[in-house]
Amino acid sequence: MLELIEQFNVLGAFWLNIRLAAVSFVLALVLGTVVAVLRLAPVGVLNWFGSTYVTLLRNTPLTLIIVFANLGLWAQLGLEFVPRDRPNFILENNFWLAVLGLTVYHAAFICEAIRSGVNTVPVGQAEASRSIGLTFPQSLREVILPQAFRGAITPIGNVLIALIKNTTVAVAIGNREIAYAMRNMIEFRPDAGLLIFLLVAIGFVALTLPVGLLTSWLSTRLAVKR
Amino acid sequence: MSAAQHVLFDLPGPRARRRHLIGGIVGTALCLGILALALVRVAEKGQFEADKWVPFTESVTWTFYLLPGLWATMKAAAVAIVLSMVLGVVLAMMRMSDIAPLRWATSVFVEFFRAVPVLIMMIFTWVMLVKNPTLRQVSASLGVQAQDVTFVAVVTGLVLYNSSVICEVVRNGVTSLPAGQREAGLSVGLSPSQVRRLILVPQALTAMLPALLSQIVVITKDSALGYIITYPELVSRTRQLGSANANTFVAYLVVAVIFILLNWAITKAAEWIESRQRRRRRGPDPRTAPSVTMEGSAPTDSLDAPTRGA
Repeated sequence: MLELIEQFNVLGAFWLNIRLAAVSFVLALVLGTVVAVLRLAPVGVLNWFGSTYVTLLRNTPLTLIIVFANLGLWAQLGLEFVPRDRPNFILENNFWLAVLGLTVYHAAFICEAIRSGVNTVPVGQAEASRSIGLTFPQSLREVILPQAFRGAITPIGNVLIALIKNTTVAVAIGNREIAYAMRNMIEFRPDAGLLIFLLVAIGFVALTLPVGLLTSWLSTRLAVKR
Repeated sequence: MSAAQHVLFDLPGPRARRRHLIGGIVGTALCLGILALALVRVAEKGQFEADKWVPFTESVTWTFYLLPGLWATMKAAAVAIVLSMVLGVVLAMMRMSDIAPLRWATSVFVEFFRAVPVLIMMIFTWVMLVKNPTLRQVSASLGVQAQDVTFVAVVTGLVLYNSSVICEVVRNGVTSLPAGQREAGLSVGLSPSQVRRLILVPQALTAMLPALLSQIVVITKDSALGYIITYPELVSRTRQLGSANANTFVAYLVVAVIFILLNWAITKAAEWIESRQRRRRRGPDPRTAPSVTMEGSAPTDSLDAPTRGA
């Protein structure tokens, strides 16, 4: 088993999943917050842009988005993230195309997570802060957003867990991550298939379990007493 | 949300309305600008020329590529939905069982398959069915043809994951029921397992119907993972179509629209069923209906109903 892990570079493959997840998560947080602001803005047109983005992206399969990034955006439109003369051009470009796909897809879910966080703030909080004379920016800064962020921790953690698992889809455009490594390992040693599967599965449990524990710890610790 | 929003943003006066107008115009200009920039770049590459789109008026595009792909997608999704629902309810019963070892074993099963990516399970099933001699014999004796292996792998992956999710949904539904339901069942002499089977789970299923229906969208979307293990579903067919007509970009746009419409229709149907059910459960006149509802943690409609249109 150990030489199998070494031969197929299992740790390197998992490291690629972690990198994909980390970069996409940060970018999805940024994009998702922008979309959430659009959806929560008091202007009808912006609401429409925000909710259209969410409806379109949430209803498209991630596989299609990532394959489209490669076959459509790169092969047909020539979208390139790294200079062509790099020795690993294809691999590096595919990494960023996968990041692009993961980001735009999960940003829709981040937006919904933030919105559900805002929804946990009782209407009375906004009313009360207005009635004691806070202006709108003040009430947002002092009363609503601090509570909304706390309410959004658990849903955002769930999005992160889904994102970590979804990084495996990057194999569709030739990223040599763990799904790729697992397939090669089982093809090489079909008799040890179950063991290899368990190894990969435990790897994912080890990646997602801390996220779940951390978010549930944070959300109980920071919970707003009501 | 709309109700909360009105309170979140004070009713706008003249100055605020002007500010909103300016914000709206700037925001719209930004959004449209990004969209226009993208469209111009796409147009520069000639993606809007007629020859990229003409294939969609030819019948072979639909009869040979897209409709068989859509059929394969829906077939895998439908089989997976039915099996996941059945297995999910069975798992929920087992996880609430009085026999502790059964409960533990089910917990391990459910938590494990919720943590493993669907794609990993699909690839595992697929490669094992093709490469592992024992499994090959078993599947051959069960009558699985060589060309059905990818279908079996797609359905297996989807069912293992989604039945675990549905198990948890059903369990949440049972916990959200009032304790009196269980107690009343026990007091009329039903055994604990009868109470679960006859009283708790049926109510949990109706209370959790929205969550169960939204799982259908998840399953339909995830069936596209079959592309990676060469199951000839819609995304794979589109790739073939794109290389046949040299219009991959446009082909994927069209197929994305098909997927969005399909899932949007499922979501709308779910909303319709949900509202119908809520009306029926509430009785003829909501104001005189008894205040004890079976919904438990189900949302109160005044705040939540408008947001569900996401």
